[in-house]
Amino acid sequence: MTICSLREAVAEHVHDGDTLALEGFTHLIPHAAAHEIIRQGRRNLHLVRMTPDVAYDQLIGSGCVTKLTFSWGGNPGVGSLQRFRDAVENQWPHPLEIEEHSHAGMATRYAAGAAGLPFGILRGYIGTDLPKHTDSIKTIECPFTGELLAAVPAINPDVGIIHAQRADRHGNVQIWGLLGVQKEAVLASSRSIVTVEEIVDELPDVAGAIVLPAWVVNAVCHVPNGAHPSFAMGFSVRDNSFYKAWDPISKDRDAFLAWIDKHVIGTADFAEYCESVGIDV
Amino acid sequence: MSEYTTDELMIVNAARHLGALAAAGKPQCFVGIGLPSTAANLARRLYPIEPVLIYESGCIGSKPTRLPLSIGDGELAETSDAVISVPEIFAYWLQAGRIDIGFLSGAQLDKFANINSTVIGSYESPKTRLPGAGGAPEIAASAGAVMVIMRQSARSFVERCDFRTSIGYGDGKGDREKFGLRGGGPKWVITDLAMMEPDPETCELVVVALHPGVTREQVVAATGWDVRFADDLATTDEPSTVELDALRALQAA
Repeated sequence: MTICSLREAVAEHVHDGDTLALEGFTHLIPHAAAHEIIRQGRRNLHLVRMTPDVAYDQLIGSGCVTKLTFSWGGNPGVGSLQRFRDAVENQWPHPLEIEEHSHAGMATRYAAGAAGLPFGILRGYIGTDLPKHTDSIKTIECPFTGELLAAVPAINPDVGIIHAQRADRHGNVQIWGLLGVQKEAVLASSRSIVTVEEIVDELPDVAGAIVLPAWVVNAVCHVPNGAHPSFAMGFSVRDNSFYKAWDPISKDRDAFLAWIDKHVIGTADFAEYCESVGIDV
Repeated sequence: MSEYTTDELMIVNAARHLGALAAAGKPQCFVGIGLPSTAANLARRLYPIEPVLIYESGCIGSKPTRLPLSIGDGELAETSDAVISVPEIFAYWLQAGRIDIGFLSGAQLDKFANINSTVIGSYESPKTRLPGAGGAPEIAASAGAVMVIMRQSARSFVERCDFRTSIGYGDGKGDREKFGLRGGGPKWVITDLAMMEPDPETCELVVVALHPGVTREQVVAATGWDVRFADDLATTDEPSTVELDALRALQAA
């Protein structure tokens, strides 16, 4: 584990062609890391996430992504993910292969990945059209009861990337609130990057918090407000106005590209980005 | 009686059903964002036995003071009895059969109450790419019963969904049993025009009640299949001042 800048972490750990999981279930979405991947011009990525939202919309529209594995791709409470739609409906900026699951299926896949198992099982997908279009959904018979269950392969990304509230100086990471599948995503991945709100000498007790030990984390980066417009419980609130404002920006290809050029490509890091879009850090 | 919108009518009727279910010992409600969340939170405000709101972000027993924009607003976590991980909410709670009511919406609904939230048109070259399944397929399969709330039109209430994201009754009676689904399936469909329920013999959705001022012709025009009406077709009660005041206060908070 090293404590380093996000620029150094992405340069070292994220390569063209990698499978990446930038996880966060509404809460703690690693937006700053997504921006840094766009800035460094990574290409041909296979992105995995249960709920691809604005961060993945930006990566897809920026041409970084050739495949998306997911279960719900929308702008929560607002509507469509416009860049994702444009990629699927019109192959812009290039074709996007999709591998589509349900939330329960994706959660099972991450848990299997974290457990080092080849696949996971669930009662799912039965009677739906998803197995007709998604090869990675199979049926398996329970050897004890004969019940037919869905089998889904483990997800083992090259890099798992999450945002968390804090780490100590050894790189132990503390997370609380809505935990999503962040723990599973880190444990399932070959390498991991964690951005944090603060780095402290000693982790204080927090009700309901979990700790990812330093030895399952490759890089810890201090990026205050690095989830914005998502949030970090105890540090910030969800910027719902940003999610609403994203819809008209992302609807138009030129407006989108201008926004990315000005605020992401045209800024050196997340602190400069925050300044350029006028949010507090 | 004060003026009200068709959306308010729909939400109030859904909240009444949830209130009645909670009073009958079925309070655990797995809530989708949007119309379901609005109706479920209204029911919490209106009835002495409140539904227990469960959100797929891992919130059990949320008591938000204002309507969340997303299923993961901080407000939901801060007001919950328990906050758990996403693998746990689907495995230990939904799949294991601890949810009484699944509360869903979608882009298309067909006459056997199957729901489409994936694509309009073909999957390979969709006319409209929708967000996708999320938690809905397993909610529809595993919840004790399912309530659907959707605005009704001939485009959204169709003979057969373009894509079957979540199963209702499949191709008709017996399909849920054939598939071995543990949940009871859709029991109530609440729209801005009417209330529908599955026919016990065929599982086809039948109109059991019209909202005040709505005609049969309006419902026929807004349904993409040859819709039938119950012999004892009822009319829903107009929203009361108490119901409307509570809903408007909730939406203004």
